[in-house]
Amino acid sequence: MEVFVVSLLNGLVYGMLLFMLASGLTLIFSMMGVLNFAHASAYMVGAYFAYTLSLYVGFWVALIVAPILCGLLGAAIEMWGLRRVHKNGHIAELLFTFGLALIIEKVVQMTWGLIAVPYRIPSGLDFPLFDLWGTQFPAYRAFMLLISALMFLSIWLGLTRTRIGLVIQAALTHPDMAGALGHNVPRVFTMVFAAGTALAGLAGVIGGNYRVTEPGMAFSMGPIVFVVVVFGGLGSLTGCFIASILMGLIQTFAVVLDYSLADLLEVFGFVVTKATPGSEFLMVTLPRIAALLPFILLVLILVLRPRGLLGTRDT
Amino acid sequence: MRFVRTILSAAAAGLVALAAGAMQPAMAQPTIKIAYTDPLSGPFAQVGDANLKQMQYIIDHINSKGGALGRKFELVPFDNKSQPSDALIALKTATDQNMPFIMQCSGSNIAAALIDGINKHNDRNPDNRIIYLNCGAVATELTNDQCSFWHFRFDLNVAQKAEVMVRALPKTTTKVYLINQDYLFGQSVQRDVGAFIKKLRPDIQIVGDELIPLGKIQDFSPYITKIKASGAQALLTGNWGPDMNLLIKAGIESGIDLNYYTFYAHLAGGPTAIGPGGENRVYAVMSFGENIAPEIGNKEAEDWTNGFRAKHNFDFSAAVFRTIFEHVQAAVNKAGVVDATKIAFAMEGQAMKDFLGYETLMRKDDHQIMTAYYVGVFKKGVKYDAEKTGLGWSTAATIKMDDVQQPTSCKMRRPRI
Repeated sequence: MEVFVVSLLNGLVYGMLLFMLASGLTLIFSMMGVLNFAHASAYMVGAYFAYTLSLYVGFWVALIVAPILCGLLGAAIEMWGLRRVHKNGHIAELLFTFGLALIIEKVVQMTWGLIAVPYRIPSGLDFPLFDLWGTQFPAYRAFMLLISALMFLSIWLGLTRTRIGLVIQAALTHPDMAGALGHNVPRVFTMVFAAGTALAGLAGVIGGNYRVTEPGMAFSMGPIVFVVVVFGGLGSLTGCFIASILMGLIQTFAVVLDYSLADLLEVFGFVVTKATPGSEFLMVTLPRIAALLPFILLVLILVLRPRGLLGTRDT
Repeated sequence: MRFVRTILSAAAAGLVALAAGAMQPAMAQPTIKIAYTDPLSGPFAQVGDANLKQMQYIIDHINSKGGALGRKFELVPFDNKSQPSDALIALKTATDQNMPFIMQCSGSNIAAALIDGINKHNDRNPDNRIIYLNCGAVATELTNDQCSFWHFRFDLNVAQKAEVMVRALPKTTTKVYLINQDYLFGQSVQRDVGAFIKKLRPDIQIVGDELIPLGKIQDFSPYITKIKASGAQALLTGNWGPDMNLLIKAGIESGIDLNYYTFYAHLAGGPTAIGPGGENRVYAVMSFGENIAPEIGNKEAEDWTNGFRAKHNFDFSAAVFRTIFEHVQAAVNKAGVVDATKIAFAMEGQAMKDFLGYETLMRKDDHQIMTAYYVGVFKKGVKYDAEKTGLGWSTAATIKMDDVQQPTSCKMRRPRI
């Protein structure tokens, strides 16, 4: 019970962090039709901006300003970079974002150095919120949950209940028609790209001190976010949300369940010993492959349901 | 006209000869080149970059003490991007330029590739041989079954470090949890630490023993939940990089009563990630700490390490590399000639005091250094803090050279001179 509740909370926190990153990416993904490789870089830049800003103006200002800076950066990238590359097709866009990710990493290394920066949780939130059978639940994690829940709510309301949201949805699915009706579709694209980048930056601001702010953080976070986006389905915010929470919970619970395929077979009466063919493989416990489970799921969903969980069109 | 031209060309030839003559003294004393190959770009660039700066500081010191045979040492860096194939390209370049030494610190897989390449090269080219100075590839096999005459290891191997770690566990600790990375190095830490616990501390129970995929885990909280449930008092890990930083960070944040015994918490990025919450909880098995010199009252060593701090903006955690260059310096002087074979023979079995005053020995049987080793505890109030965190490594235990002697299975094959 103790392990279950604590793991559930941990899974939720991690899932929500994933969602913050993935929500922006899924919007951009459905708009461009191409994965933005530089998305996790915005997460990293957000964390570094927040670190530098928090040295001068404190964490709370950084929480607002750093995502805005990231958004402006995103807008600039879209207007002066992606838009030009766009006419050369998807491959060119893909390569462009890939190159951008490498450049951003190098610039971060040159600006802030190669080793981790001491970006810490603000002292106002650095206390245990409550105690669960001796394991403290830090207040900062609750704060992360709160921020991400607020974010989910506001995006969802924004996309479905406002006029801007309607225009964005229209521009995403029928850009020509939306253009013919007098909407400035390129500006909508820039806005969506900037908003997505700002969301990634926000994830960086609150994820950077929860984890470690170092130049490798984009690289380590990138793949799992792609899994979430593809798994959740193209352009579906709800799908993305479900996929994020699912990935968070799967990875968390896989770690605490010390079972292997051999244990499963034992239930059916097969006892696996060292002599059994393939016993090495059968005896690998779940925790050892916990971090790989999302990728296994990615392969499965691409084979069985290419449009993703709640996607409306094939990837 | 022709006469004038002859005179002119003769004069020109004379001038060239004169210039060549003038250059002769400078040409007669070329530097002794040491190739250094490690990741200088990519995700592990910080390691190679920091090593390079520290080595340069040490070499400048060695050169100010006269170098060897009246010649100075010169470090020539090659980026290997953490790839064995790139390290072999560096080796090729080094041997093409007749460099007598190649140095490599991170990655036992790269070390194994280098040893193999050097063995072949040295067999085929008896008059252009090269010595491998290993400054940190610690897989035990490299000085056991895979030992080579041309390979000299200047850091303790995994089995030795594991012994130091187990010896440092206090008597009150009876339940430990092992987490290691699922690849060659992590698995050997797991094996060796387990073996030494069985041998030295049969009272200790291993309540959890886990391998994690290398660099894939984003959130370590579930592991902490498991450790908590197991009732472990100490976590023993050979993890490095994000796998170690995130693990310790998650543990400290959850506030569980746990001590952390690590191999790499003191290195690049570790202290920053751990932060003040890790006070008196995090231990590191380390080859050097900047507080050792003031603790043992060695003013000269302290001043020398301070010189690095004044010049560079980061910790001098690899100051003990000085032992490598002092062994090399002594061996070259003893050999009397820059010849890899003669230097290698001079270096094996060579004993000397390191700059802190502790004995070191390059063991002849397996070319494994025997040297003092330290267990540091992360705490406030030390003279030199780590990564400007305000906390630093205070020496909790000093293990002398004789206590790290372990038997070897190496059957050294020596070349005929």
